[in-house]
Amino acid sequence: MFEDGTIINELLIERLNYFIYVVLLLIGLHAMIAKKNLIKKLIGMSIFQTAIILFYVSIGVKEGSTIPVYLPEHDPHGSHSVPSDTNETSHFDHGPVILDSSLVKGYANPLPHVLMLTAIVVGVATLGLALALCQRIYQGYGTIEEDELLAKMESREIRSKTLSVQIPKDQKLPKKDELKKEKSRSVSKSKTLSASKPKPKGKK
Amino acid sequence: MENSIAWIFIFPLFGSVACAILGISNRKICYPIAVLSMAGSLWAGIETLRQVLSVNDHTVSYLFGGWTLDAYPRGVGIEFHADILGILITLVVLGVGLLVSLYSKLPVEEETPGKEPLFYTLFLLQVTGLAGICLTGDAFNLYVLIEVAALTGYGLIAIGSNRAAAATFNYLILGTIGASLYLLGVGYIYIKTGTLNMVGIHDIIVAEGLADSATMQVAFVLVGVGILIKMAFFPFHAWLPNAYSNAPTTTSCLLAPVVTKVMIYVMIRMVLSVFGVEFSFESTLWTDVLPWLVVVAIVCAAVMALAQREIKRMLSYLIVAEVGYMVGGVWIYNYYGLIGSIFHVISDACMTLCLFLGAGLILRKAKTTHFDGLRGLFTKMPLTMTGFFIGGFSIIGLPPTCGFFSKWYLITGGMVSQRWEYMIVLMFSTMVMVVLFFRMIERIHLAVSESGENLGHGHGDLGLTDQQTRFDEGPLSMLIPLLLASAVVLVVGIYNQEVVSLIEVFLSDFNLPRGEGIK
Repeated sequence: MFEDGTIINELLIERLNYFIYVVLLLIGLHAMIAKKNLIKKLIGMSIFQTAIILFYVSIGVKEGSTIPVYLPEHDPHGSHSVPSDTNETSHFDHGPVILDSSLVKGYANPLPHVLMLTAIVVGVATLGLALALCQRIYQGYGTIEEDELLAKMESREIRSKTLSVQIPKDQKLPKKDELKKEKSRSVSKSKTLSASKPKPKGKK
Repeated sequence: MENSIAWIFIFPLFGSVACAILGISNRKICYPIAVLSMAGSLWAGIETLRQVLSVNDHTVSYLFGGWTLDAYPRGVGIEFHADILGILITLVVLGVGLLVSLYSKLPVEEETPGKEPLFYTLFLLQVTGLAGICLTGDAFNLYVLIEVAALTGYGLIAIGSNRAAAATFNYLILGTIGASLYLLGVGYIYIKTGTLNMVGIHDIIVAEGLADSATMQVAFVLVGVGILIKMAFFPFHAWLPNAYSNAPTTTSCLLAPVVTKVMIYVMIRMVLSVFGVEFSFESTLWTDVLPWLVVVAIVCAAVMALAQREIKRMLSYLIVAEVGYMVGGVWIYNYYGLIGSIFHVISDACMTLCLFLGAGLILRKAKTTHFDGLRGLFTKMPLTMTGFFIGGFSIIGLPPTCGFFSKWYLITGGMVSQRWEYMIVLMFSTMVMVVLFFRMIERIHLAVSESGENLGHGHGDLGLTDQQTRFDEGPLSMLIPLLLASAVVLVVGIYNQEVVSLIEVFLSDFNLPRGEGIK
């Protein structure tokens, strides 16, 4: 397997960028799934997304290339490639230059990098939303540990179930109007709207 | 209208901005803005469908930023690309959006008081994102729109209770994994083909013979798994039931019918239009593996639905089972299976909408969606219950409803390609759904409870209160959308041949086996 060091050679030298992104991706994935703390999950998510961003950036990299703005004197390869190709010189005589493949060689591909600008924006939005959710969860349950959260949610569910059993008992009261007031009081905290609801129903 | 594709997005996008700005001073104005922009968007959608049908190759393109289609590979610059499939699913999304926005007036005011501007802003952005997913012709743009739809969806769910916020967190984590895997897959596609335009990618895969390329195989797996996570296919479904059952009523009415269906549309789009039939079905192992995963998915989801005692949770598991149907319909690799799958996307959106609108009304009236709260509801709200059960019968697959016809095509596909396991599991799940819905019908008709308490009958003894409870329907603004949705279920069922003929026109471009089965 390690004859001539080909695998190691390929992984660590030729394909180092892919190797690193896969490692980062797996670290992030592990944190997102296995960690119990919600913030740690989010850190994992950031690592996961950053790994993908690194992957995209690395595929746009080209050794010795420059930014894709047409400036022949700034282009390290431009001076070599232009005279060697006779077709190219004719383009230089005219005003606007049509970028042939040989001329483009000196430029790095900007597209993957530009795509990642969008992906970074999406990632920031996701992270911001997730942090806001964490805040809501902490305000509501007083914890951001997943197992404690589940335990608290379960205990609250049991409490709300016992409440919902009490409501049918109230329903046995003969007067309908009292019942409706009871219900709206028990269900809504401050909804003035729902209190006014029963009236149109009564008309029907 | 020449640029009607653009109008599909202009209405909800600017509507959402208007909601955000005008809503600060006047909260009441958001509801009419939402309804009007959805109506305008639907009009533009219908206009686009007419355009698509009038053109010879049944595609209409809208190019951003003055780019043209001359360059090879196709697609420098972003293109919106409407073909029959895309515009059909867009119309479904917009139709659901319009009905839900009509329905939303009272539930939004009651469940999230004071947050109407935020809610409607997110609502319209959600519809924009979903319609964009259906119409975009660019693989990376699709990722951005998936995230637009997902982010607004997280907001719409979490705007409700604390439980909803906790459920949203899981949804967010899984949704991000799914979308990121898709993005990674797009990266591999870009490495190999050098373009992001869907038509361009397909042209290059065919022209360069990339079917055996390991890079493309990896890309296919990453994109496929990402989409399967986003559509809540069985092993990845964990986010869906909690998120949808804890969400506010309006949110679950909007998200449940369309989000998973739109992701199935994305899968069909990727399989047929981007990677191509030969690549997807012949040079990957998915045709062998996925139908068996579908079998597991449908059985597990149906059994879990059977175990639920709460309407919205039960419906959520039904969605997971339905996702299994549609994924199966694609991967049995068959002409009829694909017709069934696409038709089922449409009909499932209609019937799930029906059920969730009905569940919202039940929740409002009975204050609970637990099965025990259903007793005697039919005498109280016959119209609501009729609408709800038209959706239910469609899920089961009773003949006049659209669910019957889509399931018919799915089963035909399974038979033609000799996927007996798929057929058997469809029958099994149909039987489970019969049990589910007839159990509910029994509850809502029986006034006497199991424990012997005379709940409904107690009201019956007092003649006057009985008169009052007899017609205690929900408010008209909620009832009318439900009845319209159930009418759509019936109309799509009765005019199924028209819908299928449109799908057949779309599928006629692809070389799919129709006869003696696979290979």
